[in-house]
Amino acid sequence: MSASASPVSTGSPGIPHLDVDPFAMNFFADPYPTHEVLREAGPVVYLDKWNVYGVARYAEVHAVLNDPATFCSSRGVGLSDFKKETPWRPPSLILEADPPAHTRTRAVLSKVLSPTVMKQVRDRFTAAAEERVDALIDKRSFDAVADLAEAYPLSIFPDALGLKPEGREHLIPYASVVFNAFGPPNQLRQEAIERSAPHQAYVAEQCQRENLAPGGFGACIHAHVDEGAITATEAPLLVRSLLSAGLDTTVNGIGAAIYCLARFPDQWQRLRDDLSLARGAFEEAVRFESPVQTFFRTTTREVELSGATIGEGEKVLMFLAAANRDPRRWDKPDSYDITRRTSGHVGFGSGIHMCVGQLVARLEGEVMLTALAKRIAKIEITGEPKRRFNNTLRGLDSLPVTITPA
Amino acid sequence: MPAITFIHSDGKSDRVETGDGESAMQAATRHGLDGILAECGGNAMCATCHVYVDESWLARLPAMADDEDALLDGAAAERSPASRLSCQIVITPDLDGLVLRLPERQV
Ligand code: HEM
Ligand code: FES
Repeated sequence: MSASASPVSTGSPGIPHLDVDPFAMNFFADPYPTHEVLREAGPVVYLDKWNVYGVARYAEVHAVLNDPATFCSSRGVGLSDFKKETPWRPPSLILEADPPAHTRTRAVLSKVLSPTVMKQVRDRFTAAAEERVDALIDKRSFDAVADLAEAYPLSIFPDALGLKPEGREHLIPYASVVFNAFGPPNQLRQEAIERSAPHQAYVAEQCQRENLAPGGFGACIHAHVDEGAITATEAPLLVRSLLSAGLDTTVNGIGAAIYCLARFPDQWQRLRDDLSLARGAFEEAVRFESPVQTFFRTTTREVELSGATIGEGEKVLMFLAAANRDPRRWDKPDSYDITRRTSGHVGFGSGIHMCVGQLVARLEGEVMLTALAKRIAKIEITGEPKRRFNNTLRGLDSLPVTITPA
Repeated sequence: MPAITFIHSDGKSDRVETGDGESAMQAATRHGLDGILAECGGNAMCATCHVYVDESWLARLPAMADDEDALLDGAAAERSPASRLSCQIVITPDLDGLVLRLPERQV
């Protein structure tokens, strides 16, 4: 299957117009039937509700992600077009940037979060995961979101960044604002931005060099100023990227993995029988649940995408979650299979903006699932899971469980 | 179409046909080969598609970019002068017969 994007000047074929709001509460409650409608309607659709194009099949999502010259990020990766509207905060120097500016900042974060650095933090992350599991075994019954999916990343990531102990309660609310703000001007976005001032103030302060402990990811970013790779005014904004994108995403990623393994006990048993499957079990959860559901791009010129003509300056919404379950690409897309070959899923994106923190996320997921599977025989869901609503992130607000130690 | 050979760490080998413009990593994963994980899907961001290029072929490959070089330092198995990321090796007709050895581990 190939999807092409090339300039064209002739006729616009019938792009299906859909009356679907992918940012509505009833959509979030169960997005899968609508994802199928979006995929089956055509390779490119138009959503009248927000006046945007949409792509939900794997081939087109992958094609858009991998053509950043045509589908740019500098006009915002949410619905808001930075060329027409003032962004709610100073734009990100990496996520909301195009080459060549992106290339330079990206190189810095790639170095700060490289495989070599992961080897250095691995033991610390593992020890913290084992400590968390000890505490959970004492409890037996707990909320797998607050006590596990949130508690674990909170116990390592702020320290790894080098943040001060005070004020960390702002971190998850700040991230929640950031990810709501990519959405349309609905209630979720408006309320999030209205309440954002204290969180923004906290984050701006923590990004300063003097507030970041030596040796942490934050200090490492600032160290690149001395080498001339970035300027002293750019460094705090790059630290901000890790504060925005590095915590709530892994909370939802780990939460997704626990939710999958609790719902599908056969997969939990497979993991217990072979702990080397832990990394794959996490990765498959990122495909299956897609904690980051969507991102937008803006066209820099008129373009033809799989037969559909899209004009210049149009927003294109990429349904990463729908692509990750496209039957054109995946065998049995709706089953959670921890031995699946997940390579190529777009849960972390693809192309030049593909998640620069993916190694951190996988490390956290792998060591946490390993620690759990070593010590716990059974995870049972003991109450109705509650969903958390966000314009971009998919995950739970609470998941009551009871565990049986091995 | 050019074919390439992967030699697993236990000595067994697999010969795979490559598709037009495919990387060695893509050919391996399309054939379901164990030994290459390719977690980042070929974006030169994960170092889990590490291979050792057979000595006789080493000089015939295009030079590596800086990001590939940096990533290889963090590969799970030991880096050698023959180390490359298989997602960065695009198989052209002159690479027909290329031999790549797989490391013991990718993570
Ligand atoms: C399961 C966890 C995670 C998921 C699902 C996820 C998902 C994503 C996705 C889909 C993108 C692509 C954005 C685009 O194409 O516009 C992205 C980019 C990014 N992620 Fe993650 N992410 C995760 C964890 C992390 C972590 C732990 C960090 C930091 C330590 C991080 C930092 C970033 C940054 C800075 C970018 C922007 C990269 C660029 O534009 O070049 N993410 N992430
Ligand atoms: S597939 Fe990730 S670096 Fe090659």
